[in-house]
Amino acid sequence: MMNLSDEPAIRARGLRVIRGSRQVLDGLDFDVPRGQITGLLGPSGCGKSTLMRAVVGTQAKVTGDLTVFGEPAGSAPLRSRIGYVTQAASVYRDLTARQNLEYFAAILGIPRKEARTQVEQALADVDLTDHAEALTANLSGGQLSRVSLAVALLGAPELLVLDEPTVGLDPVLRRDLWNLFHRIASEREAAILVSSHVMDEAERCHRLLLMRSGRIIADDDPDALRVRMGTATVEEAFLKIVDAEKAAEIEKGSAVQ
Amino acid sequence: MNATRTLATTARVLRQLRHDPRSIAMMLFVPAVMLVLLYWVFDGKEQQFNSTGASLLGIFPLITMFLVTSIATLRERTSGTLERLLAMPLGKADFIAGYALAFAILAIVQAALATGLAVWALDMSVAGSPWLLLVVALLDALLGTALGLFVSAFATSEFQAVQFMPLVVLPQLLLCGLFAARDTMQPVLEAISNVLPMSYAVDAMNEVLRHTDVTGTFIRDCAIVAGVALLVLALGAATLRRRTA
Ligand SMILES: Nc1ncnc2c1ncn2[C@@H]1O[C@H](COP(=O)(O)OP(=O)(O)OP(=O)(O)O)[C@@H](O)[C@H]1O
Ligand SMILES: [Mg+2]
Repeated sequence: MMNLSDEPAIRARGLRVIRGSRQVLDGLDFDVPRGQITGLLGPSGCGKSTLMRAVVGTQAKVTGDLTVFGEPAGSAPLRSRIGYVTQAASVYRDLTARQNLEYFAAILGIPRKEARTQVEQALADVDLTDHAEALTANLSGGQLSRVSLAVALLGAPELLVLDEPTVGLDPVLRRDLWNLFHRIASEREAAILVSSHVMDEAERCHRLLLMRSGRIIADDDPDALRVRMGTATVEEAFLKIVDAEKAAEIEKGSAVQ
Repeated sequence: MNATRTLATTARVLRQLRHDPRSIAMMLFVPAVMLVLLYWVFDGKEQQFNSTGASLLGIFPLITMFLVTSIATLRERTSGTLERLLAMPLGKADFIAGYALAFAILAIVQAALATGLAVWALDMSVAGSPWLLLVVALLDALLGTALGLFVSAFATSEFQAVQFMPLVVLPQLLLCGLFAARDTMQPVLEAISNVLPMSYAVDAMNEVLRHTDVTGTFIRDCAIVAGVALLVLALGAATLRRRTA
């Protein structure tokens, strides 16, 4: 019998998404396991944010099989189990960081007393305790995106979907946040799906999904990827795979002619 | 629907406004200032001040709440907070009711100030109970909130959102009976004014002005304004999509 915790947090089979008139995701198959950090990497415009929106259920025109904890993505029971950070910070600029967190905690249905400790904890996790009472409109870009991240940490979600959460942050803060992600993954058995452009962050993931123009071109752990491609870093491995793909496409193109 | 989430949303909207005292001041005091202005314009012409003033009491809440709601919900849509909320366990009805309640509270304060000023300081003679004026103002504010929420779905910028004001509000203003009695209008215009909800809000205000009792017409007017408001709120709810392109 299959153990419940063996079931992946996210399971996609033949996942397709159309945005405008374009096929943005083109038949993706992948799993995102529990208790691990899965990195989603790929060039700008390849479909990372679209994939994440499909997982949290805010993307229209999604076809194929996409389940989260065994339920269809976007179904109502999942809404309190997923923490989601959009690429652009989505918080109320005319509220303080704390007021933002208090409101979203209420929406998540966290009881008031419990909410107070969780808000404090989330503020501490993103290192914003000192700026909790400042209007978020007056925060720096990095501080603002940390408020947005803090919201996603409320309610101890079993799945965190983080769209470029560390963009614009300094190395110290980035290291601290990645340590936090690792702690969340190991202590809570939570699944984390995180997109990034920063390749040294890829080295800190347990698994990597490399994307290019709406398809997954590699699905492996960082070590295996480096060994397989014979490179020293994930970045080089990624570039090598992309170049090989491009070359294959050009060859196919000239073969047709 | 969930009362905790609705009330949390109401509290949040009011908290946002509290950080913007200038907007609050304008919402609350502009109608009062306009009434004073009107009083001076109709210097001594009590009859005219009465009916125009009462009509204005039925127009202010709609305009104010229309503007505030359309901008506020447009911001929710463009800032990503709506996407975030709808990915959370928040019902659309909770979201809408939360907004409606927040602006209803503001509308009550606004209308109380304007009505109080008109009746006690400017000697507007109201045959019926001034409380009934507040009831109409409240329904009217609800209508404004509903219309604002609905049109915000068709605006992609705050610039567009304010342009909906003349489009949605001006025809109603021209045809509501403020400038010419509705039954003296050209039949086509009268027919149009018959289907515009603001006409009934203004009508209801004038009923209270002239009759000591609650009239059947007053009740009909209120029912129409409330009915249209609920209908438009439902339409607005349909424009809140969890899944977007
Ligand atoms: N609202 C939209 N309507 C139509 N097409 C869209 C829309 N949003 C994005 N796209 C297209 O979908 C594709 C994938 O976009 P997506 O935002 O998922 O990319 P991404 O990998 O997250 O890029 P980035 O790293 O720059 O954030 C892009 O080609 C983009 O042009
Ligand atoms: Mg993106």
